[in-house]
Amino acid sequence: MALKIVKGSIDRMFDKNLQDLVRGIRNHKEDEAKYISTCIDEIKQELKQDNIAVKANAVCKLTYLQMLGYDVSWAAFNIVEVMSSSKFTYKRIGYLAASQCFHENTDVIMLTTNQIRKDLSSPNQYDTGVALTGLSCFVTPDLARDLANDIMTLMSHTKPYIRKKAVLIMYKVFLKYPESLRPAFPRLKEKLEDPDPGVQSAAVNVICELARRNPKNYLSLAPLFFKLMTSSTNNWVLIKIIKLFGALTPLEPRLGKKLIEPLTNLIHSTSAMSLLYECVNTVIAVLISLSSGMPNHSASIQLCVQKLRILIEDSDQNLKYLGLLAMSKILKTHPKSVQSHKDLILQCLDDKDESIRLRALDLLYGMVSKKNLMEIVKKLMIHVDKAEGTTYRDELLTKIIDICSQSNYQYITNFEWYISILVELTRLEGTRHGHLIASQMLDVAIRVKAIRVFAVAQMATLLDNAHLLTGNMQRNGICEVLYAAAWICGEFSEHLENPVQTLEAMLRPKVATLPGHIQAVYVQNAAKLFATILKNQEGNTDSTAAQETSQMMIDRLPLFVQSANLEVQERASCILQLVKYIQKLQQKDVEVAEEVSALFAGELNPVAPKAQKKVPVPEGLDLDAWINEPPSESESEDEQPKAIFTKEEPKHSRPRHTEVDEKELARRREARKQEQANNPFYIKASPSSQKVYQEAPGVEHIPVVQIDLSVPLKVPGLPMSDQYVKLEEERRQKERAEKKKKEKKKRKEKRSGRGKKHDSGPESEEDITPAHVVDIVTEEMPENALPSDDDDKDPNDPHKALDIDLDKPLADSEKLPVRSHRAAGAPKSSAEDGEAENATPQEPKKKSSKEKRDKKKDKERDRKRSKEEKKKKKHKHEEKEEDLLGGQAEEPVVQSEEMKEVEAQPTSTSAEEAATVAEAAPAPEAPAGTAADSEPEEPKDTETEESSSKHKKKKQKKEKEEKEKKKKKKHHHHHHHSDGGGEESVQNGTVEEEEPLPPMSNYCLLAENSYIKMVCDIQGNLQDGSQVVVSVIFENKSDSFLKSMEFNVLDSLNSKLQRPEGSGPHDGLTVPFQLPPGVSNEARFVFTVQSIVMPQKLKGTLTFIVKNEDSSTHEKLDFKLHFTCTSYLITTPCYSDAFAKLLESGDLKSSSVRLEGVNMPFHHLLARICFHHHFSVVERIDSCASMYSRSIQGHHVCLLVKTSGQTVSIDAKCDEPTLLGNVLDEIKQTFSQC
Amino acid sequence: MIKAILIFNNHGKPRLIRFYQYFAEDMQQQIIRETFHLVSKRDDNVCNFLEGGSLIGGSDYKLIYRHYATLYFVFCVDSSESELGILDLIQVFVETLDKCFENVCELDLIFHMDKVHYILQEVVMGGMVLETNMNEIVAQVEVQNRMEKSELCNQN
Repeated sequence: MALKIVKGSIDRMFDKNLQDLVRGIRNHKEDEAKYISTCIDEIKQELKQDNIAVKANAVCKLTYLQMLGYDVSWAAFNIVEVMSSSKFTYKRIGYLAASQCFHENTDVIMLTTNQIRKDLSSPNQYDTGVALTGLSCFVTPDLARDLANDIMTLMSHTKPYIRKKAVLIMYKVFLKYPESLRPAFPRLKEKLEDPDPGVQSAAVNVICELARRNPKNYLSLAPLFFKLMTSSTNNWVLIKIIKLFGALTPLEPRLGKKLIEPLTNLIHSTSAMSLLYECVNTVIAVLISLSSGMPNHSASIQLCVQKLRILIEDSDQNLKYLGLLAMSKILKTHPKSVQSHKDLILQCLDDKDESIRLRALDLLYGMVSKKNLMEIVKKLMIHVDKAEGTTYRDELLTKIIDICSQSNYQYITNFEWYISILVELTRLEGTRHGHLIASQMLDVAIRVKAIRVFAVAQMATLLDNAHLLTGNMQRNGICEVLYAAAWICGEFSEHLENPVQTLEAMLRPKVATLPGHIQAVYVQNAAKLFATILKNQEGNTDSTAAQETSQMMIDRLPLFVQSANLEVQERASCILQLVKYIQKLQQKDVEVAEEVSALFAGELNPVAPKAQKKVPVPEGLDLDAWINEPPSESESEDEQPKAIFTKEEPKHSRPRHTEVDEKELARRREARKQEQANNPFYIKASPSSQKVYQEAPGVEHIPVVQIDLSVPLKVPGLPMSDQYVKLEEERRQKERAEKKKKEKKKRKEKRSGRGKKHDSGPESEEDITPAHVVDIVTEEMPENALPSDDDDKDPNDPHKALDIDLDKPLADSEKLPVRSHRAAGAPKSSAEDGEAENATPQEPKKKSSKEKRDKKKDKERDRKRSKEEKKKKKHKHEEKEEDLLGGQAEEPVVQSEEMKEVEAQPTSTSAEEAATVAEAAPAPEAPAGTAADSEPEEPKDTETEESSSKHKKKKQKKEKEEKEKKKKKKHHHHHHHSDGGGEESVQNGTVEEEEPLPPMSNYCLLAENSYIKMVCDIQGNLQDGSQVVVSVIFENKSDSFLKSMEFNVLDSLNSKLQRPEGSGPHDGLTVPFQLPPGVSNEARFVFTVQSIVMPQKLKGTLTFIVKNEDSSTHEKLDFKLHFTCTSYLITTPCYSDAFAKLLESGDLKSSSVRLEGVNMPFHHLLARICFHHHFSVVERIDSCASMYSRSIQGHHVCLLVKTSGQTVSIDAKCDEPTLLGNVLDEIKQTFSQC
Repeated sequence: MIKAILIFNNHGKPRLIRFYQYFAEDMQQQIIRETFHLVSKRDDNVCNFLEGGSLIGGSDYKLIYRHYATLYFVFCVDSSESELGILDLIQVFVETLDKCFENVCELDLIFHMDKVHYILQEVVMGGMVLETNMNEIVAQVEVQNRMEKSELCNQN
């Protein structure tokens, strides 16, 4: 042995450590990949060695390689091995590696549950700390559920170092396992007032993260935070709290009012810029929330703006950046206060820092008014010219367009100017945003009728100079503009100065080099132009001009007919044939112009992008209703007789919807219109736009813009937007002068939807009359469009699940699971399935979570009964599960663990208790049939919400009292367990139970020898009346490695071990894991049984290989499996009235038994029966209780338990006397043992 | 929440990466490259915030970084973190490294990535700020280092 150690350390001297690896990589710069691959081979060798130090060293090197981008997930199992080392040094290496490369889909994670639990309860706080840190990086939903309780215990650890880590990690646990939030929250809240500032800060941190996503649930904490804010001196905590308040104030303006004062004080007093900045931010949030209610906070706004100005003027770029950021928030509600700092912001546009320039741009977006739009855009255009790098220039371009087009071009007074700007932008080289400019051109030309003449002229010039745009391949993005130009020239061709010239420009051979979709538009619009030209020329006496045009079309179009683009080809050949035909007619002197232009008659109207979405669902139409009823759901369940009566109802109710008569509909429609008319925010269609489609040719009623001719319309050559700035200035002056003369100038402006917005602009806005008063054709919206602003929340947001009311007292169903076992590797949903919950580990001092599981089962059952579909799925799953049982590892079993005072809750309670519980939360013990709809686990249940609102306003104290009360009730309860020992390292902050119940376990010893110990628990399978699941925990007691374990049982006629398909009836099942020394793990085996009325025993053998360093031996262990009748019973809740009916029915045979000398409190007695024999209490009155259970084959078993002194009498009824007799015998035996 | 912490040198070589959200290794490398690309072209006298790269997060995320001699320390955080606070935190972290390594330089990080991780673990846990008091951090790190030493001594 000693030699081996020496040998091991010599080996290690030659191993590379991390430093050697790094050095090696640095020395092999030219063939790094090759060197690393040899290193990985070495690491693989090292991982195969037994020496944990070597392994740890290898894992450490792997962590380094992971950073370099190498996938090291193949070593996941070795990482787990290193994690489970007893030495802190190695453990830390293991956890580090795990935190770097484990994730939810790492399958070995499920093997770590036990190890982590062990580390969490380690007496060494750094073991615990390392485990917590690691866990925070790779916690999965399963780990979160299994460890939530342990972590919660650690929140009250004596060491602040552990407390703060435990508090922080709870956030991760909540995210993965939202059910833990409510049970853990009271303690989390406690930690806000922890004596240690670190812990306090962690708690604040967690609550802030939670509240950020679902602020409304945390409003009740505001007073507590307020206190913290005024008392704390820790800037970190203050910043977090102040940020939190920023999230809370929008929901509760009164809170905001209270905040203003302390916050302004802080702003004045603090020297920490970070704190100052956050204060300003929150004050802004408060002001925003108050802006509607309280008018007079201008002082605060001034303070904020003033402080922000200081930040922006600071030479520190970071402060400048943040100042701009905060400024943009103020801008939304108090634009005036910000606008006065326009100079400063424009200055920032010149900053060398791009982040700052972008921020300033954002601000500008909000600062524009009618008055300064031209000026600002002019400045921006200068920047566009100067800008280096396309990204920033593109950003500028989009910003210009955004600024101009915001709120339906609200700030544009002169659209000619805007078109000129757009045309100028087309000269940008290499921009990606050609399509943006194009869509703006289209939009303006379509929606602003007055501008069409001007726009068409500009577009014609663009088309003429198309070669400028397309000359360079790099500028490809911009040629999108030609798409718009061609379309506008075609569609509004009647405004064209010289249509023939434009037509010619559109048919140039060069066009064929444009992208296909643009060519297609060219061809189509050439046809439109052609139609217009024909119409113009036909009036003339000379018909040759028209014929020349046709000839030109015929000459040029073949170019497009040959196009490789199908769309172009198709359109071109179609139009070519058309023109040829027209030419024929022309030659016969037939007038065709009318008919040709009829092809393109009618106007295209813009349709709002969301129009379709906003079509209201007609009354009486239920989109979610089945068109054909799905096939009947209820076949197998017995609770269905009621359906005979209830089924009728839906038939009546559905047609009722549609029966709303015409009158009613008309009345409602009228009312709705009225309401819309009065609602300024409703997007109104122009008065008769609805009818556009009915009266086809009637476009005339779309309000047409009258042009104020104070501005000369024509600007020769390409437009220069600058000219407009000057012109605008002159115009305004003129206007002002005129205005003085006339008291009131009549406006021609028709009222449109945006009209009202004018009023909200800066005061001076009123004075500026738009150059051409423009009416904007509003976009078409369907009648009765729903004014909905769908917030597009991500349905996958993990925080959605955390939207949980925290003020409501805890319901019984919400306790954290203490310890449960699931089939390893099964998906989460399976873990909820009842049959997966079959095992409780045997640890003599530990409590069991059995009842919790029972309860879960009940719930599961309830749910399942109602949902056949689910059930089907489940059956599928069961099959899967069996496979898993045959082939995969079960979760490792707990070795040592501390339990919590928050405990698993009883399955059923006495009637009066049920009443109180039902008040606060959905009663978990609702009978199977009716509980289906209320899904007690669902905290978002409507019922819950109702009660939550009731409770919300109650103060903390009251809540505490209530909890206390509930707790007391729980203590009276028979099923309550408490922790025996193992609490040394843990401080429990809460009240302990008065009458602790001795720990119980259903695991009984199966067999044992010097190598291995087997304990087992036998449970009926809830879903299958002929199955029993045996959970066996194997514990390695030796110093050797146990492998190749095979579990075999000699089948009897009645009971058979389920073996995988293809194996013979005497083959053993391989246990799906190996056992290192001292480790235990659990496996599950499924048996089929035919008759369940008698207990029976099965003989079996476990064979395994014991592997030492130098030898391996074959060993075996015989055992006897005892199937008691109890194991066929399944805890099933039953309501007292159903119970009474059952007894009255007379189908049950009765029997009774008497127990003498039972020396334990009555509730302990009941708890034992419940626990060991799978019963649930139906009702308890003093020293008398009725209990119920059901066998897997559906036999009802009813007990009436009475006690007087030390005598307990049990009267029992069951529809199967043999079964009953056996069960009673077993109960008797249970009590004779103690 | 902090989504990722990256330390790389002036050439983009990673010296420590710590993601608090899972990304596959190749994605991690891509993120490092992109982040390096974004950060390295910025002058030293511009602000230390960058609107998030396209790979991590989205609009809610920011890159907050500091440049020390040959190393970039980059934190990717969401809007629940105070920008200036994180800048301070980076400073605290670097000062802690300086104390633990005695005049820290890039070589220390290169050869002792594991130790840097252990120090970072005392500052940030699971993406949330754990401790900001440098003395406390150093004390905890030292206790653990002593434990490690004694364990290794006992063994040999």
